[in-house]
Amino acid sequence: MPHRIEITLKDEVRDPRGERIKREIGHFLHLDVAEVRTIDVYTVDAELSADELAQAAAGPFSDPVIQDYSIDKPAAAGFDFLVEVGFRAGVTDNVGRTAKEAIGYLLGRELAAGEGVYTSVQYLLSGKLTQADAEKIATGLLCNTLIQRYQILDAATFKAQGGVAPFVPKVQGEAKVEVNTVNLEVSDEELMRISRDGVLALTLDEMKIIQAHYRDAEVIEKRKSLGLGAAPTDVELEALAQTWSEHCKHKIFSADVTYDDGEGNTEKINSLFKSYIQKTTADVRAAQGDKDYCLSVFKDNAGVIKFNDDWSLVFKVETHNSPSALDPYGGALTGIVGVNRDPFGTGKGAKLIFNTDVFCFADPFYEKELPKRLLHPRRIYEGVVEGVEHGGNKSGIPTVNGSLVFDERFAGKPLVFCGTAGLMPATIKGEPAHQKKILPGDLIVMTGGRIGKDGIHGATFSSEELNENSPVSAVQIGDPITQKRMFDFLIRARDKALYRFITDNGAGGLSSSIGEMSEECGGCQLDLSKAPLKYPGLAPWEILISEAQERMSLAVPPERIDEFMEMAKRYGVEATVLGTFTDSGIFHMLYGEKTVAYLPLSFMHAGLPPMQIPAKWEKPVHEEPKLEASADYTGDVKALLSSLNICSKESVVRRYDHEVQGGSVVKPFTGVDNDGPSDAAVVRPVLDSFEGVVVGHGICPRYSDIDAYDMAANAIDEGLRNYVAVGGSLDLVAGLDNFCWCDPVLSDRTPDGPYKMAQLVRANKALYDYCTFFSMPLISGKDSMKNDFYDGTTKISIPPTLLFSVIGKMEDARLAVTMDVKRAGDAVYLLGATANELGASEYLAQIGFVGNNVPKVDAQAALATYRAYGAALNAGLVASCHDLSDGGLAVAAAESAFAGGFGIELDLAQVPFKGDAAGKSDVALLFSESASRLLVTVRAEKAEAFEKAMAGTAFGRIGAVTEEPALKVKGLSGSVVVNAANAELKAAWQAPLKDL
Amino acid sequence: MTKAKALVITGNGTNCEMEAAHACRLGGFDEARIAHIAELLTGEVSLDDYHFLNLTGGFLDGDDLGSAKAQANRLRYAAVEGKEERLVDQITRFIADGKLILGVCNGFQLLVKMGMLPALSGNYLNQTATLTYNECGRFQDRWCYLKVDADSPSLYTKGIEGGVYLPVRHGEGKFLVDDAKTLEAIEAKHLACLKYSDRNYKAATMEFPENPNGSVNAIAGICDETGRIMGLMPHPEAFVHRTQHPRWTREELPEEGEGLIFFKNAAKYVKENF
Repeated sequence: MPHRIEITLKDEVRDPRGERIKREIGHFLHLDVAEVRTIDVYTVDAELSADELAQAAAGPFSDPVIQDYSIDKPAAAGFDFLVEVGFRAGVTDNVGRTAKEAIGYLLGRELAAGEGVYTSVQYLLSGKLTQADAEKIATGLLCNTLIQRYQILDAATFKAQGGVAPFVPKVQGEAKVEVNTVNLEVSDEELMRISRDGVLALTLDEMKIIQAHYRDAEVIEKRKSLGLGAAPTDVELEALAQTWSEHCKHKIFSADVTYDDGEGNTEKINSLFKSYIQKTTADVRAAQGDKDYCLSVFKDNAGVIKFNDDWSLVFKVETHNSPSALDPYGGALTGIVGVNRDPFGTGKGAKLIFNTDVFCFADPFYEKELPKRLLHPRRIYEGVVEGVEHGGNKSGIPTVNGSLVFDERFAGKPLVFCGTAGLMPATIKGEPAHQKKILPGDLIVMTGGRIGKDGIHGATFSSEELNENSPVSAVQIGDPITQKRMFDFLIRARDKALYRFITDNGAGGLSSSIGEMSEECGGCQLDLSKAPLKYPGLAPWEILISEAQERMSLAVPPERIDEFMEMAKRYGVEATVLGTFTDSGIFHMLYGEKTVAYLPLSFMHAGLPPMQIPAKWEKPVHEEPKLEASADYTGDVKALLSSLNICSKESVVRRYDHEVQGGSVVKPFTGVDNDGPSDAAVVRPVLDSFEGVVVGHGICPRYSDIDAYDMAANAIDEGLRNYVAVGGSLDLVAGLDNFCWCDPVLSDRTPDGPYKMAQLVRANKALYDYCTFFSMPLISGKDSMKNDFYDGTTKISIPPTLLFSVIGKMEDARLAVTMDVKRAGDAVYLLGATANELGASEYLAQIGFVGNNVPKVDAQAALATYRAYGAALNAGLVASCHDLSDGGLAVAAAESAFAGGFGIELDLAQVPFKGDAAGKSDVALLFSESASRLLVTVRAEKAEAFEKAMAGTAFGRIGAVTEEPALKVKGLSGSVVVNAANAELKAAWQAPLKDL
Repeated sequence: MTKAKALVITGNGTNCEMEAAHACRLGGFDEARIAHIAELLTGEVSLDDYHFLNLTGGFLDGDDLGSAKAQANRLRYAAVEGKEERLVDQITRFIADGKLILGVCNGFQLLVKMGMLPALSGNYLNQTATLTYNECGRFQDRWCYLKVDADSPSLYTKGIEGGVYLPVRHGEGKFLVDDAKTLEAIEAKHLACLKYSDRNYKAATMEFPENPNGSVNAIAGICDETGRIMGLMPHPEAFVHRTQHPRWTREELPEEGEGLIFFKNAAKYVKENF
């Protein structure tokens, strides 16, 4: 019989979790609750004596200083409603897993198979509430019904039934293993029904290609000899669906595109990926010649560049948008621990040195009606922030850089970008660490977590728009500790060369990882029945495609397998030999003795003709606002500082450990009160060296409303300018592109597909144009192409977004520069010219306009500025530097001033201006978001040397740092147009998200 | 002279082993070994061979049952292979041998939950204090001013004038005790060697964010009565060079970070006493 152990806080101990819930109920559901107390419940489903139960309760489960426990006796009292929330069957319960392990240590024996511990939390609500209110609190805040279950009891019922009955959310699967075949000799409509109902996300064309394969006489003959019928097995169909999913195959980026530029020119593009992204890197590398520092690009889980002779740098940024929309916490947690596995699974493996993350949300204070099934942006915000917090912090990887971007359209799908960098030795036992291979005969080994029904169809589901029927099982919950244990073991195994090849199990599960590995050597034979399962009852196809987390797949040479397995055991990591790599040319899956999938690799990996996608560009024309000149812009500056895109994100950033591993040099916050926003991060990954890794990023989705070409150009420039601002070197720098688009494929649901596709083409053109000019190779990236919500009536498409991450090196991190002004009397310079470019700016957004003058990036001028500035920085001439982005000069100057604790006086007449003089106005000079500009302060005695260093570039000495902590800006007419004390500006900047 | 040997335990979610070992070496230890807990449980590494045990920061077992709870349970019950002893027996022998233990952050949580701090009257296996959720309800990464009690027996804080400035990075750092007597004893014996304070180290503070977690009496770190065992929530290993300071680009700072003294004092003690 299961037992309930309930852990309560002693009366005098505060309950911060309960207090937070109470606050959120008020904020969020506008309900007034007098008090919320919480109780932790462990449901122990194991044969334990009363004594053993008491030991567990008193020992690992409770803290005697602040908690009491009660066993099989309800502890709750003094409430009006009780809500108990636990996981649904099969959902990862990390605390339950640790509790089970703790009992094992206590007893000196592991719990028997099928025994377990399940956790839930009781929320005791006091106040004037109705049953309906309690229901609203449960479903609106406490419980995500996709992955959790809840029950509500009022005090009377609770008393009458003697508390909450024990409930064991165990998966009650029958250990019945079935392989079904799917008849494809059916009508086209029926083929599409099969694809749709099975969440296969295969198009009719793809279904017909599969149909044709199974009609091939040779194929039929071969199958017969193996005892397989002519129809595909479900295992085969699922494996193909995973491999061919947009998520894994990037069909849109490899499509044949017919691009009409709207001016009468048509262009045929065979694969955006090859024509722009790969070509960028190839051309940059060719131009760099023997200075080429790329080691491994586009072929592994992450990109690898040289750091120095001893170390190589690895970087990858991923998105986890669809799962985060359904379960923000689990989705985001899985996003971060998932991307961790990319650098770890690159080459022979890398130690993880930092994370970056960028979230795009709708306004957390959104008050309008939302379509059913969409979670409120505030809930997404809370869940995602917490998921990444837990994933990053618990993995011991500092989160050093990131941002939050807001736009109403992200209500349709939030964007959750997570990046991880790693460091690997240049060589391991004499072989380059960024290379790996598999030999036929090597053993297929899976390490880490077990396989369950979690994450089934993640890859195919994210290849579709979010809709009302998006599958529950597509969501997983990550477990950073299982992964950390595995990494602790694998990094030691790597250094002993116990394996030859490693890769990550992500989207598509074993189907993708083993499928890709098989290509290395030419085949595989794997027995799915050997895979360790979380619970019995999984069908072979489920085992193959489950995206259960924390797993790596490896190729282990037979002669090292004993040592590998023995070491895994010692480190408490589960490792299982599943089969053998071969050179048969076949992806061969068995279940026991029986063949359940037999797919030629040539068909699996090359059987797909490119999609044909039309693209037609039509330049949008937006209403141009008439901006009346004003005598005073102080209010506008404050309003901008309080806009969601500009305001301080400190309440979020402080929740992320940005210093673990000890290499932090430029932190997310800087300045006299440690609260000014840094432009980029500098980290020393090798503690006895001063060589630094620099990382920054650019993102400006709103510019897509005018032209995605300029959106991409500005994102690239912003990423590079942030990187350069702190001291990143232009001689060793690389970019990563993450495209998040709305569906650009013309269909009934997407009649504007050709326009969205044209936006994608244009963004790619910008990527090539600017990265080649900046000599910045692209080393990795990812695309996520179906960021739409559609419920049959409402469609919400995100603004096309490129996140451009920049990583590189600084030879001496002790030369790094931060954005806070340093002392009164320093000269203030603006590098780069300003134009009348208010289009899609934060300033226009504030007054409800888009406009048309989107900032144009002048690559030549930008590079000249960055080179000259870099030389000045290395010569020690720069006191502070802040990049100009959202909100333009006014915002950058305000931030630099209040971060440094001194004032800034500026004269707009001194600002270098480019373009039609008619557009030169105070408002344009203050708020234009013209690209490639940096606000720099320089010690008075170094001003001359600095000006010399910048000679030949557009720059102006526009003011000075002042003792009086205030921002004062003189307008073109000579009168003061902005005048505010630092304290007011900072308060405006800090207010919006302070309490979240 | 004896080779001063430091051991840093890692595994199951410990994260700060690399920088802790680095700090030990910078502080003067001749050897700083990072050992996975598996190596201790299999007997490959024995505590007996070391002088200074570092239980450092991280999220042992994900803090799943409360910070460090599962590891406290593991250390208490897990047997060392091939030896007739549990890991906890090696630890108590280590203490009895007059050796040094420094618990930082998660390591402090572990020491407290095993009962090794404050360990009043030398009772090292009786829990009388705890570290629980920050009063603000959130994880916090921020730098704090820590006032040092000059009369504390802690050997680690010897020679610090006024206080030290170090980062905290935790969600469960609120120090609480089981009853008023324990707190009285901690104060009377000057065991609360570090308290969150104002930036001039004048007075301990209960104000957020200077006191980031709401610890009783603003306690950030305590030691046992011998001064050889100490635990603290802030991270001394995270400030051993000036570039780790959040304002190093604007302040004149010595090359060496303020956290290094903890490790220097430990190395000095080992070299003088073993």
